[in-house]
Order: sequence, then structure tokens, then C-alpha cells
Amino acid sequence: MSVKIWALKKSVWVFHVNTGACNNCDIEIVNMLTPKYDVERFGIKLVGSPRHADALLVTGVGTEQAAIRLREVYRQTPKPCAVFLVGACACGTGIFKGGYHVAGPVDEIIREVDPDAIIAYVPGCPPKPEAMISGVVKVLSAI
Amino acid sequence: MSEQLMNILFWVLVVPGTVVLGLVASWIVRKVSALVQWRVGPPLLQPAYDVMKLMGKEILVPQEAQRIVFLAAPLVGLVGVLLLSIMLWRITLSQTAFMGDIIVAIYLMVLPSLALILGSSGSGSPHAAVGTGREMKLVMAYELPLILAFVVVIIKAAGSVGPGGQLSLAAIAQQTPALSLSGMLAFLAALLCVQAKLGFVPFDIAEAETELGSGVLMEYSGALLAVWKLMQAVMLVALPLFLGMVFLGGFHATLPAPGHVPFFAAALLVLAGARLLANRSKLMDVLSLLVFIGLCIWVGLGKYVLIVVLLILIKNTNPRVRIDQAMRFFWVYCGGALAAAVVLASIGYWWDIRWL
Repeated sequence: MSVKIWALKKSVWVFHVNTGACNNCDIEIVNMLTPKYDVERFGIKLVGSPRHADALLVTGVGTEQAAIRLREVYRQTPKPCAVFLVGACACGTGIFKGGYHVAGPVDEIIREVDPDAIIAYVPGCPPKPEAMISGVVKVLSAI
Repeated sequence: MSEQLMNILFWVLVVPGTVVLGLVASWIVRKVSALVQWRVGPPLLQPAYDVMKLMGKEILVPQEAQRIVFLAAPLVGLVGVLLLSIMLWRITLSQTAFMGDIIVAIYLMVLPSLALILGSSGSGSPHAAVGTGREMKLVMAYELPLILAFVVVIIKAAGSVGPGGQLSLAAIAQQTPALSLSGMLAFLAALLCVQAKLGFVPFDIAEAETELGSGVLMEYSGALLAVWKLMQAVMLVALPLFLGMVFLGGFHATLPAPGHVPFFAAALLVLAGARLLANRSKLMDVLSLLVFIGLCIWVGLGKYVLIVVLLILIKNTNPRVRIDQAMRFFWVYCGGALAAAVVLASIGYWWDIRWL
């Protein structure tokens, strides 16, 4: 394991992308920063710009409008980076499957830009913060 | 140890030492903030991990950026604060000073903000442009009170040194202006100005993560962002050191005598042990912080710790202000208080009343 990857595992800065979520997953994401879960213990930090990010936390179904922005945000994230699909909608469009406004599952939108993207799925409606933390741990141990 | 060997050691150790102290200081900021918010907080090496990780990431340069300005700005800022801290260490450790060095220090203190303004305006991003505007207004707001605060100190120093001597930091560091009325006012105002210079919370208007998406630093990524983070870490060393020298009577390097070495080593061992066991309990975390602060006080850095703790507490107990509120605060309230302090200091100098 190179020093680069080792340091990356110790400090994962995440950027939160909402592609048309109902705000439930977003609240659970913010919940990870509260004293109860405090992910800063592991060096995980929420940042304000995709250029600072090592991981994108994508919530929502991936609407036609948001898909264009999501591709742009993914291109602007410095590599290496990982993508976390948080919630049932992001993982497979959920109850909105086949809706007129749905541009497809989020993972397909990202694969259009980068076929080799590292994508992790955290299902649930909304997923518990524990589930998200365990998703992060699984991805980090897989890199 | 001979003079020459000390000199060589100084020049070898000063830059890495300042950077390491800066990283530790930025860990303390995050850790104490976490403890205030009843969280556990990041591990000791977290700032170092962050910098190492950023060094390994891809550097993206926006299409519309002014390439040279965008790439050079972080280096200019880092070099500026490193120069300032080298000057301060030199004056503290070997009393070598030159006439008017406080003016050089004031200029060097502007460099990081100037580099930030240049770099973010060169990045060609609308969010960064808003951040640039705010940073410029903030610089204009706090520079005036900061310099007025130094004027108070220079007037206070005029009583005890020869003509012209009051512009030298080594002479200023011989006395403690904060023990007088005008000096205390000036110290408090300068502390708030330093809060704004560091971009700490009530005045983090230019970096405003929630509305501007980290504003001035928005387009920076990879190693360039790492240089900005290092610059902010070194500022956390240089600015409190400068405040301590100007207002609190300087740092007198009292390195532990040979007889103290076992105690010193024992304290270091306790610190290392507490850090190793810190993941198990919060008590060990608090213990290691206390030992670290104790070590700092032991080697004569107690005033530095005092200033840093004041900055962190202000940071954690205040919400962000708007730019117009910040300008009014610095110009009307700080400016007014400092004008009064200048008058008081002049009266005190004229009639030789020390406590004014």
C-alpha cells in the first residue's frame, strides 16, 4: 500500500451532492457529525467544495436536471475519489423507478463519465448513520 | 554549546519546527473545539494526515484561471508567514533585532491575506470572487485597528528606551503593555483582529463554508490546498507569538536546565502514553492536552497557549457575522476604543503615569 492511499484512508473529506432527495438521507448525513457519531474521530470531514473532496455522498434519485450537475461535480473532484450512494433512491431509484423525471440510477450516470469509478451502495430509507459508517469502512478496506 | 553550533541548529530546525508546531496547534484548535462541543475529535496526527493526503491528490487548474497567479499565490503566502515566524524566533532566542522590525513584521503579516486575495481572484470562479471581495473588505476593516493597537504599544515603549528604539521588537518585548489600561484595550482589540486574520469563526466570512462553499479556497485542490493549509497552520504559530511579544512581554526562552531533563522526559513519556491510550477514553485525551499545555508553559510558551486558548474559545462561542457587521465592529467599536487608548497612552507618557 502506497503512502498516498494510506494517508487517503486516514483523512476522507466528503462532499454532499443532493440529486433530488427528499432531505431524509441528508439529515442522516448531518447526523454523522453530531457528538453521538462524531466521524471527525476518523478524519472524515464535510467540505464545501468538490475540489477539496475525496468522496462524494450522493443522495436522491438522479433527476434529469441534477444528472448534468452530478457529472460535472464528479469531473471536478480530484482523483482518486470514491462515490457513496446513500439511500434507496440513489442505489436504484427506489419508488421513483420509471418516473418521467428520473435520469436513471445514479451509478449509471457516474459510470457514463468514468467507467472505473469506485462506487459504494448504502441502502435504506433513510440508512442509519451506522450503516453509512460501515459503508465507508468497507470501501476503505477494499481500496 | 558554542555560538556557531547554536546558529546552525537554529537555521536547520526553524522551518520544520515551526511547521510541526503549527500542525500541532491546528490539531489543538480542532481537538478543543471538539471537546467544547462534547465530541471526541480528531487524532493528534490528523492535520499531518490531511496535508499528506492532499499532497498525493490530483491538482486541478480551472480553465479560466490566471495560471501563474493561481499557482504562485499559496507559495507566496506560506513564504510570508514562514519569514515572519523566523524573524520572531530569532528575536526571541538570540535577541538579534534591527531598527524598525515591527514595521517589517506588520508588512509580512499582510502577505497571507494578500496572497489569498490574489489566488482566489485568479481562480476565475464566481464563488471565489465573492469570497475575494469579502476578504478585501475584511482586510481593510481590521488593518486599521491592528496598526492603531501597535501605535499604542509604541507610545508605551517610548518612555523606557532611547529615541527610535521603540520601533524594535526586542525593546518592545522587554515590557508588558497589557498591564496598563490602554495596553489592555489594545491587546483585546488586536486579539480580535488576529481572529479575523486567521479566518476564525466570527470572522470566517471570506471562507463561509455553508454559503460560499469555502469561498476563497474553493478552486484549490491537491498540493496547492495543502500549501494553504500549511500556511494557516504556520499563521497559528506566528500571529500569537507576535501578539505575545508585543503585548505580553515576550517569550524568555528558559530551556530546562540539565537537572530538569528527567522530569522533562517523564512529562514527554506521559504525553506519548496518554496519546497512545487516548482512543480508549476521553480522560486520557484531556490528560494529554493538559500535559502538552504544561510542557509549553515550562519552555516559556505559556503566553502563547493563553492567546491560542482565547482564540479557540472566541471561535467556539460565536456565530459568523455579516461583512457589514464586521466592518462596523472593527471601525466603530475597535477603532473608537483604540483612539481612546492612544489618547490615554499619550497622556500616560506625557505625565509619566504608568498604569494608563
